Amino acid sequence: MTDTPIERIRNFAIIAHIDHGKSTLADRLIQSTGGLSDREMTNQVLDNMELERERGITIKAQTVRLSYRAKDGLLYALNLMDTPGHVDFAYEVSRSLAACEGSLLVVDASQGVEAQTLANVYQAIEANHEIVPILNKIDLPAAEPERVRQQIEDVIGIDASDAVMISAKTGLNIEGVLEALVTRLPAPRGDASAPLKALLVDSWYDPYLGVVILVRVKDGRLRRGQKIRMMSNGAVHHVEQVGVFSPKMIAVEDLAPGEMGYITAAIKTVADCNVGDTITDDRQPATTALPGFKPSVPVVWCGLYPTDADDFEKLRESLGRLRLNDASFHYDPETSAALGFGFRCGFLGLLHLEIIQERLSREFDLNLIATAPSVVYRVHRTSGVVEELHNPADMPDGSLIDHIEEPWIRATIMVPDDYLGAILTLCNERRGQQADLTYVGNRAMAVYRLPLNEVVFDFYDRLKSVSRGYASFDYQMDGYAESDLVRISIMVNGDPVDALSFIAHRAAAEGRGRAICGRLKDLIPRQLFKIAVQAAIGGRVIARETISALSKDVTAKCYGGDISRKRKLLEKQKEGKKRMRQFGRVEIPQSAFLAALKMDA
Amino acid sequence: MEPLALYVHWPFCLAKCPYCDFNSHVRDEIPQARFAAALRRELAFEARRLGRRPLASIFFGGGTPSLMAPETVAALIEDARALFDPLPDLEITLEANPTSVEAGRLALLRDAGVNRLSLGVQSLDDAALRALGRGHSAAEARAALEHARALFPRLSFDLIYARPGQTPAAWRAELAAALALAADHLSLYQLTIEPDTAFASRHARGEIVLPDADAAAALYALTGEMAAASGLAAYEVSNYARPGAESRHNLAYWRYGDYAGIGPGAHGRITLAGDAAATAVLATRRIRTPEAWAAAVERAGHGAVADVALAPGERAREMLLMGLRLAEGIDLARFVARSGVAFEAAVDHETLCAAEAAGYVSREGGRLRALPEGLLRLDALLAALVV
Repeated sequence: MTDTPIERIRNFAIIAHIDHGKSTLADRLIQSTGGLSDREMTNQVLDNMELERERGITIKAQTVRLSYRAKDGLLYALNLMDTPGHVDFAYEVSRSLAACEGSLLVVDASQGVEAQTLANVYQAIEANHEIVPILNKIDLPAAEPERVRQQIEDVIGIDASDAVMISAKTGLNIEGVLEALVTRLPAPRGDASAPLKALLVDSWYDPYLGVVILVRVKDGRLRRGQKIRMMSNGAVHHVEQVGVFSPKMIAVEDLAPGEMGYITAAIKTVADCNVGDTITDDRQPATTALPGFKPSVPVVWCGLYPTDADDFEKLRESLGRLRLNDASFHYDPETSAALGFGFRCGFLGLLHLEIIQERLSREFDLNLIATAPSVVYRVHRTSGVVEELHNPADMPDGSLIDHIEEPWIRATIMVPDDYLGAILTLCNERRGQQADLTYVGNRAMAVYRLPLNEVVFDFYDRLKSVSRGYASFDYQMDGYAESDLVRISIMVNGDPVDALSFIAHRAAAEGRGRAICGRLKDLIPRQLFKIAVQAAIGGRVIARETISALSKDVTAKCYGGDISRKRKLLEKQKEGKKRMRQFGRVEIPQSAFLAALKMDA
Repeated sequence: MEPLALYVHWPFCLAKCPYCDFNSHVRDEIPQARFAAALRRELAFEARRLGRRPLASIFFGGGTPSLMAPETVAALIEDARALFDPLPDLEITLEANPTSVEAGRLALLRDAGVNRLSLGVQSLDDAALRALGRGHSAAEARAALEHARALFPRLSFDLIYARPGQTPAAWRAELAAALALAADHLSLYQLTIEPDTAFASRHARGEIVLPDADAAAALYALTGEMAAASGLAAYEVSNYARPGAESRHNLAYWRYGDYAGIGPGAHGRITLAGDAAATAVLATRRIRTPEAWAAAVERAGHGAVADVALAPGERAREMLLMGLRLAEGIDLARFVARSGVAFEAAVDHETLCAAEAAGYVSREGGRLRALPEGLLRLDALLAALVV
C-alpha cells in the first residue's frame, strides 16, 4: 500500500468555517474513492466523538488515505488531513497543516468568508500551502459564487479564478475537487535514505491499542519493530504497529517519506506524545528536530468541583481518563471554602473548557460546579518575584503587589456593516484597542487588541447577540501588558463565596460587581430567610442586593391522613439537601451558580 | 392512656370535585348495608386491640358522609359508645354537602347523635362554585347553613380561596359574608393544586393560574385579620374558631394524639392496649378501594394494608410537622415523652436560632411555637429545621 511513489502522493487539509461543509465534503471524497461502502458511511465519518458530531467541531486531527485514479490514468494516494476546527486549538491546527503541502479552502457560496476561515487560511499560507478555493453549496438559490469569488480575492488575496464549484451535499463536481488535488497541489518531498524524521501530528488513546500516534514522515522510513525516540523528551519506544487509515485502520510494513499514517508503540498516555514533536530512529537519530515545536500551555483556568462531595474521587478518575486522551488540559487538586474539594483545571481556551466540562457530565455522569474562568496573570511582587496567577482566590494582598500584567489577544471580527457599530461599542467596553478596520463589500473586518480577561467573560455570546449571530470571531494570543486589576469578592450573608470571586479592571469592577449581585438576586430563589448578596474589593463593599424571604410556603390542608406522606416528603427533602451546596444557610442551586459564572458584565 | 379520636371514612360521593385528591369514589348504587356492616366490624376489630379507653371524638369524613344512611351513623356511634368510655363532652362531627337533598337529612343525622356539623360550602359565589365543580348554589349553601345552625350546637364550614383571578376585594366581600353566617368555627383553605386531580392537568396546561406567593400571602393576612375581628382566632394554619370551639378531633391529629381510622384508605396513629407509656406509635393504613376494603373486612375482620411501628425519629418528625401548624405550638415535655427523642436532637440548632432571630418561632413556657411569620413559611421552615 505504501509503494506509491512520492510524486503520486498529495497531502491536504480542508479549511472551512463551521457549517460551510467541511465534513460533508470529506465524506463525499471518501465515498467517491471507495474508502467505505455505502453501508459503512455514517454521516461525518471523521468526527468520532459524540460531542464532535453534535457540535460539528473536530477536536482531534485525523487522516484518511484515499486511492484515486486520476484522468491521467495513474493511481494517486490522497491523504486528507482533518484538522481541529477552532481557535483554541490553533497550535494543533498549525502542526496538522505542517504535515500537508496544500489546502482546500471551502467557502459557502451564499455566506462568504468568515473570520474563522480567515485565521485558518492565513495559517495555511504561513505553512506554505498551495490553496485551492472551493465554492460549496452552489446549488442553493441564495448562492452568489461570483461575489464570494471576488471576496476571496479581496479579503484573502489569493487567486480564486479557478475556484472549484461544487455541492458537497448533492455530490456535484466532487470529481473536480479530486482532479484539482492531483493537478494543483505539489507532491511532498523527502529523503528516504536520511535518518528518520516524522512529525507527531496528534495522538489519542485507544483502549485496545494504547496510544495511537498520527504521523507524517518527512525523511527516512518508519517501520514496524523500529526503536524510535521522541526528540523533545528523549523517550524511546518500540513500534508495534504501522498503518494507514482508509479510514479503517490498515496495517502496513512501513511508512516512507511523504506518507501519513499511524503507529502504536505500547504508550500508555498521550501526555508522553507531544503534538509537534519529531520522531526519529533511536540508533540512527536525526541531528535536528523539525521546526515549530511548542509545549502546550493552558491559557484559561477554572476550578471544577463535584456538586456532590462524594463524587470527588470519581472526578479525579474521570479527569485522569480524559487526560489519557488530551494532554493539553491540566488539573491539580485544590480546595475552596465554599465548594470543598475539587480541581484547578487549565485549558487551551474557552471552547476547550466547555468541551471538557460537557464530556465530564455526559460521559462520566458528573454534576459539576465550575468557577469563573480566569486567564493567567503575571503578578510582580514588590519583592521582585514574578508569579503566575490563575486563581483569583490566590491573589496576594494589594500591599505586596508592585504591578500585574494580563494577557492580550489580537481578535479578528467579521460582520455585516449594519452591526459594526454595536461590535465596536462592545470592543470598546471591553477595553479593546482598534488595530485595523477594513471593508469588503458590505462586510467589515475589525481587528482589535483585547485583554483576554474581557473575552472569557461572555464576550462571544455578546458578540453573537449584538450581531444577531452574523459576526464571526477569531483570535490569537498577543503578549502581556501591565494593567490596573483588582479582585472582586462576592459574599452571601457576609460569607465570601470564594468560587465566585473574580479579577477585573478597576474601571469595570463596580459595574461588574453590581451586575453579578443583581444577577444573583434574580437567580437565587427566595428562601426561608432573607439573603444579603454583596460584592467587595478588599474590605470595601461596592454593591449590595437583598433577596427577601419566601413570602408564603405552607400546606393549606394537613390532617391525619396526610401525615405519612408529609413526613416522607420532608425526609426526601432532607436527603436532597445533604447533596446541595450550602453557603451559610443559603442554597445556591446549580443552575444559578452556572448562570452567575457565565455572567456578562 | 391516650384518649381516642375515632375517624370513620365514607368513601362515596355523588361526583368527584376537580380539585379533590381525597379517597372518594362515585358509584351508581351505594351498597349501604354492606358498608355499614363492614365499618361496624372494623370498629370492633380496632376496639379489641385498643382496649377500653376514653373516647374524645368521632369524625365522619369522606367522601360525602352525609350520604350515609342515618341509621348507619347511629349504629356506629352506639357501637363506639359501648366499646369505649365516652367523655361527657364527646364531640361527634359529620361532614356534609349543602345541597338541598342532603340538608333534608340533617335532622336525622342530628338524631343519630351527631353534635357538630362541618359543611362543605367552599364558596358563596355561584361562578366560583361552578368553577370548583360543586353541585350546589350559593343560595343552597346559605339555606343549608341556616338550617344547620338551628339543628346543631356546633357548626363549621369550609371555604376555598386564593382561587384563580380572585382579587383581594372580592375575597374581602365573600369572607365578610361568610363571617356573618359563621357560627363558632371556619376552615379557610387556599386552593392547592393536588397531583392526579382534574385541576392538576388543567394547571399543567396553563388553564388554571394560581395567585403568586406574594398575592397568596396578602390574602392569607387579610383572612386572619378579618376572622380575628369577628372573634375567630387562627388556631391552626387554615382553621379559625371561637375560643373553646376548636375541632377537638382535628386537634388530636395536630397534637399527635391517638387516632384510629376505619373505612377505606383511613389512616391512624395508635398506641395499643397495655402500652402504658403510649410511645409505641403504630401507623395504620387501610385498603383504599372501597369494594376491596369491604371484601377484606368480610374475610379477615379488618381491611388493613400494613401497620407499621414508627421509629423515634419518625415520630419526632411527625410531631413537628403537625404540631407547628397549631398556634399553641408543641408542648416540649410531651414531645420528648411521645417521640422518645430529645428536642435538641430533633431540630437543627443553627436553623432554630436563626428562626428565633427572624421572629419565625418562639420557645417559651416549655413550648415551641411558630409565630405568624413562621407559620406563613412553615414548609420551608420545617425542611430546614427538622433533622
